[in-house]
Amino acid sequence: MLRQFHSLSGLIATLFVVLLTISGAVLSLDPLLERSQAKIAGTSSISVAELAGKLITRYPGTEQIQRHPSGSIIVYFTDGDQTGADLINPLTGATIGAYSSSPIMVWIKNLHRSYLLGTPGRVVAGVAAFFMLLLTFSGAVMLINRLGGWRHIFRPIQGPFKQRLHTEVGRVAVLGLILSASTGLYMSAMTFELIPDYSSAEPGFPTHVDGGVPASIDTLSALKVIPITEFRELVYPYPDDPMGVYSITTDQGSGFVDQATGQLLSYQAYGNPQKLYEFIYMLHTGEGLWWLGLLLGLSALAVPLMAWTGIQIWWSRKQSATTINHNSAARLADTIILVGSESNSTWGFAKTLHDALHRLGFQVHTAPMNQLGHHYPQAKRMFMLTATYGDGDAPASANHFLTRLAKMTKTPDVPVAVLGFGDRQFPEFCQFAKEVEAALITKGWPQLLPFETIHRQSPQEFSRWGQAVSSVLDKELTLVHIPAHPASTTLTLVERVDYGTAVQAPTAVLRFKSPEGSHKGLLNRLLRRSGLPHFDAGDLVGILPPGSSVPRFYSLASASKNGVLEICVRHHPDGVCSGFLHGLAIGDTVEAFIKLNPSFRPASGKAPIILIGAGTGIGPLVGFIRNNKAHHPIHLYWGGRSPQSDFLYETELKRYLEDQRLTKLNPVFSRISQGAYVQNKITEDDVELRQLIGEGAQFLICGGRNMASSVAVAVDKVIAPLGGDVATLKAQGRYREDVY
Amino acid sequence: MKRLAITLCLMAAALLSSQSYARDVTLTTELKNYGGDGAYLAIYLTNAQGQYQKTLWVAGKKLKYYKHLSGWARGSGQRKSEYDGLSGASVTEGKTLTVTLDLPDTYIDAGFQLHVDTAVEDMRDNRNDVVVPFTSEGVDKPNNGRGYIKTFTYSF
Ligand SMILES: Cc1cc2nc3c(=O)[nH]c(=O)nc-3n(C[C@H](O)[C@H](O)[C@H](O)COP(=O)(O)OP(=O)(O)OC[C@H]3O[C@@H](n4cnc5c(N)ncnc54)[C@H](O)[C@@H]3O)c2cc1C
Ligand SMILES: Cc1cc2nc3c(=O)[nH]c(=O)nc-3n(C[C@H](O)[C@H](O)[C@H](O)COP(=O)(O)O)c2cc1C
Repeated sequence: MLRQFHSLSGLIATLFVVLLTISGAVLSLDPLLERSQAKIAGTSSISVAELAGKLITRYPGTEQIQRHPSGSIIVYFTDGDQTGADLINPLTGATIGAYSSSPIMVWIKNLHRSYLLGTPGRVVAGVAAFFMLLLTFSGAVMLINRLGGWRHIFRPIQGPFKQRLHTEVGRVAVLGLILSASTGLYMSAMTFELIPDYSSAEPGFPTHVDGGVPASIDTLSALKVIPITEFRELVYPYPDDPMGVYSITTDQGSGFVDQATGQLLSYQAYGNPQKLYEFIYMLHTGEGLWWLGLLLGLSALAVPLMAWTGIQIWWSRKQSATTINHNSAARLADTIILVGSESNSTWGFAKTLHDALHRLGFQVHTAPMNQLGHHYPQAKRMFMLTATYGDGDAPASANHFLTRLAKMTKTPDVPVAVLGFGDRQFPEFCQFAKEVEAALITKGWPQLLPFETIHRQSPQEFSRWGQAVSSVLDKELTLVHIPAHPASTTLTLVERVDYGTAVQAPTAVLRFKSPEGSHKGLLNRLLRRSGLPHFDAGDLVGILPPGSSVPRFYSLASASKNGVLEICVRHHPDGVCSGFLHGLAIGDTVEAFIKLNPSFRPASGKAPIILIGAGTGIGPLVGFIRNNKAHHPIHLYWGGRSPQSDFLYETELKRYLEDQRLTKLNPVFSRISQGAYVQNKITEDDVELRQLIGEGAQFLICGGRNMASSVAVAVDKVIAPLGGDVATLKAQGRYREDVY
Repeated sequence: MKRLAITLCLMAAALLSSQSYARDVTLTTELKNYGGDGAYLAIYLTNAQGQYQKTLWVAGKKLKYYKHLSGWARGSGQRKSEYDGLSGASVTEGKTLTVTLDLPDTYIDAGFQLHVDTAVEDMRDNRNDVVVPFTSEGVDKPNNGRGYIKTFTYSF
């Protein structure tokens, strides 16, 4: 909901908010520029009388003297028929130069306040400030939710590059943006008199004036006691008007001064509303507070960047989302489908079910499981389709489901059928779906159909489940699921290196490129594009083996900027996809697509990185080392079977040690005399590892899940003396796994 | 018949004499392209010593800016009664403000002066942007301003 609101307001307001912030950022330089021209050092002891006295001979036609918040002193004068304004050095009274507000700044200010459109433009600018405030707040709440609460606000942010940029920049700029937008909104409301006028009463014009011969201005006692740091404006009387007076304005109030006696004739201090207005005005413009102005200007500059990344995030999300047509409102629907999915394939199944039910005349509402509602007035039946992730954990669109359910005191009295999607290769097969089913039973929620599972997105199993649904509906429901995959690219195998056959672990490093010709074009050549889609080491490539509708994923050992797509594949006996890949000859092609996996990356910064893997798990780890051009300290622990047969990437790793892209290489082999596994080596190196953890080290683990769990146990023991554990490191983003 | 003629004569005389007591005065103020927001203007009369007598027109709606029309603000004390019914919108640069009002003849050729004060946000205030004697001789003669006013002309 919040995200939809955020995207929608963002899309509506982009253009206006971007203009507002760019112009605002330029204007934020003004206080600094003004300050740099003004001579203000050592002026605090000068009084207004002294200053005015210095101007008598040079500016006999003085009408008005002003002091800007920057400290600049400007004198307005007439000289015969001409009027003029000069910037003055308050110490000497000498002219610094003619004063005029820069026409460019005036133009930008108008752009900022009204888009150069007069009053209607000012309304739009006010509305844009309001949108900016809404966007900042909704974005801040989303960020806090995402990081898991206020207290974790400085946690590292994960996600694809653009999303990370969007949120990182937003996190830095949020306070500045709230300040700019809220003060701007206040000033706009003031312009349109939506807030009562702040102006204090003007001092009454003095009823009695001495009328004697005007004294020299530098002798006027009232002006002698005002230091110029408090001074704002002095307006001179008409020459030759015996009844004339000076009007003086300071930062405290305003009044009149008798030109003959020098007495303060009537004085009115500012009221609180005016002081408040002036304070807010200063916060918004940075006038008199140039450093704040610059900070606000910098945070305003974040907005164009966030608009650009925001639109791209919205677009890619829109592209990848499954669109459900004929989605009825929750309160009208007779059938509710709730979906738990991470990489969207379960949404595809939900859509097939939704469409089939819709064709039979049902009113169907489909939503993420996280949107479980309290009340579905018309509902007669409910379906929950959910995948399982991690080690039996919830997928993204269902990660709040169980807590939501637990909080419900009264559950809807609608019979429900749970269908789990999973993979039997994982020890916790469909574990999350099982937990959902168990929680529903505990809540006393009636059952529509017995719990069922789908292995590896099998369309056959799904259609069989459809027959069970038909029987409770008493209508013929046909579920024909044709899986939709992300648009795939054709890749050509250009190189392969084989290892491990001698130790019954046939493993190949495969390098692919875009087919010749697909990346010719001038633009591609100018951008030095390889024709490959964008990816980084640690992301995944999905490969569709011929004759199978289910893609298999492989961790990428290269980045697209390296010009090749490199994976490291272990051949499973009878494995469909690994068999297919191992059977490839140079020049053969595969169908592939990229799945970003942005959380599996080395953190930036100087802290050491500890890479741990076994077998093919070396793939992305080698990718990280290869791209470690900044020579961050990297320690690699890797386990294989025999140094003679399956020491993957041996020559490369030794080269990286020499050129210092790799700090320390710890290979471990199991099928040699006194063989060992990575976890043994980790236990052995405990002192050194604790040292590295103390320096803020980050762990990245890749490979099979048995290895990963043994490693986690070993690392837990290593950290124990430091008073931490793997779970804490995980929460800090310092322990990340890519396991299969 | 005779009484009717007398009545008509009297009426005509009354009409004529009333015409000689007040006149329609048209004030035309053309602004320069000074490169800023809408200008606030105050047009007012002073005696020969420059003492405020009467407000003729105030252009600009926001009272909080009136103090920047400093000559007029002092003279009139910014009292609402002084400009009631004699104010309108601020004037955009390059545009011309034309106002017509009824003014007693006693102000003409009697040493009174017309003043125009102008002010623009974030730009200088011009007290006495224009000061001209209010005389029959000056009718239709354009006067150049010192500030934001290009020409100021009056006629009656
Ligand atoms: C995030 C991720 C990253 C991965 N990265 C890599 C990588 O870098 N390198 C790599 O080599 N692999 C990687 N994999 C594993 C890879 O995706 C495939 O699972 C693997 O290659 C086997 O696929 P296959 O088609 O060859 O075998 P499949 O035909 O899918 O069979 C897999 C294995 O299970 C057995 N099997 C088949 N059906 C069943 C069943 N119903 N029940 C139980 N067992 C069954 C087969 O005999 C075989 O041994 C990764 C997986 C994931 C999820
Ligand atoms: C990293 C990863 C971990 C997974 N963990 C499990 C698991 O523990 N148990 C299971 O049954 N399936 C597991 N799966 C398989 C998914 O649940 C299954 O592929 C599902 O169909 C994906 O649905 P989705 O595309 O809607 O997210 C895992 C898949 C991946 C990629």
